[in-house]
Amino acid sequence: MSADGVPSAELGANGNDTAGGSDTAGATAAETPPVRTEWPLWEIFIRGQHGLNHRHVGSLHAPDAEMAIGNARDVYTRRNEGTSIWAVRSADIVASAPSDKGPLFDAAESKVYRHPTFFDIPDDVGHM
Amino acid sequence: MTTNTATPNPSAGPDPSDALSGSLLRLGDNGLILGHRLSEWCGKTPALEEDIALANTALDLIGQAQLWLELAGECEGDGRSADDLAYRRDASDFRHALLVEQPNGDYGRTLVRQFLFDAWHLPTLRALAASSDARVAAIADKASREVAYHLERSTDLIVRLGDGTDESHARMQGALDALWPYADELRGADEAERALAADGIAADPDAVAAAWEAHVGEVLRHATLVRPEDGRGRYKGDGRRGRHGEHLGHLLAEMQCLPRAYPDARW
Repeated sequence: MSADGVPSAELGANGNDTAGGSDTAGATAAETPPVRTEWPLWEIFIRGQHGLNHRHVGSLHAPDAEMAIGNARDVYTRRNEGTSIWAVRSADIVASAPSDKGPLFDAAESKVYRHPTFFDIPDDVGHM
Repeated sequence: MTTNTATPNPSAGPDPSDALSGSLLRLGDNGLILGHRLSEWCGKTPALEEDIALANTALDLIGQAQLWLELAGECEGDGRSADDLAYRRDASDFRHALLVEQPNGDYGRTLVRQFLFDAWHLPTLRALAASSDARVAAIADKASREVAYHLERSTDLIVRLGDGTDESHARMQGALDALWPYADELRGADEAERALAADGIAADPDAVAAAWEAHVGEVLRHATLVRPEDGRGRYKGDGRRGRHGEHLGHLLAEMQCLPRAYPDARW
């Protein structure tokens, strides 16, 4: 709605191959990539209560950001779980490689002193 | 099955409580029948996300129907529960608009049906939320929050698919042309309903129709869909008098078969 024409332009680029499709009947299958039928994947983060962080709850398919939020509302907040939704294209997430697990994490293994467990916290501080 | 208990007093004049229970039945039946239609899609929609969204809408509508029918039964005073009204009436006792019983067709037709209904449903409920009858106002207030989202969703999809590809545009226009004649009945009102509106109990049908016009007109323009002419493709039904189309019998046969076969079943 807000981006008038954008969806149809994208779909047109996929569906109507006016450059070569209409006159060469035989060779099109080899030339044109198969039409993508799956919507892109989105990772969904929901904030359950004010003050808590957004938490990853799962993923879903949607054609664009607006619909990703709408779908997330229907798929992940049916039972009144959320006060806020983030949707991130799965393709935009950068992840560490499983093969890097050793170099990344092994070095921290024997360093218990990095855990802040050696302090006495007064009772009246409450939850930290 | 209902003939023994359901005979309304034929000599009764314009009894306001009859008018109210009739109006409540209509609200309940609209939700029940449309909710059932939507439930037929469960597991079969084009995408998982749509499946869940549509099932959510169906559950909202059926939940609302339960509240309306319960109140309708109460106003009737014949001791019928919401379940009795949902499962033990015959086609001619249902009071919903013909639009909602129309078959699902393709996904586009389901969405157009939903959109035309939602655009009527929301202004109706918002007006009913200010009803002088506190019971009506309470149900309408709860329902209108759900329906606001229904309308937002169906509006968005109408624009996306209307202004989408040639194929989606053609399907949406076809669905609109086919369903448009039923929108007349939705926006109309009979004398009993006008009297209820004048008493501040029911929604003012003219205000609802104006809100419907404004929203539908604007959305169709955004969706590049052509508004069909009014008054074409006339049909002979009249949901208020229980004159329904051929599809309702099949729908009820499926919806009611369990309680009809096992009348005392509990679950």
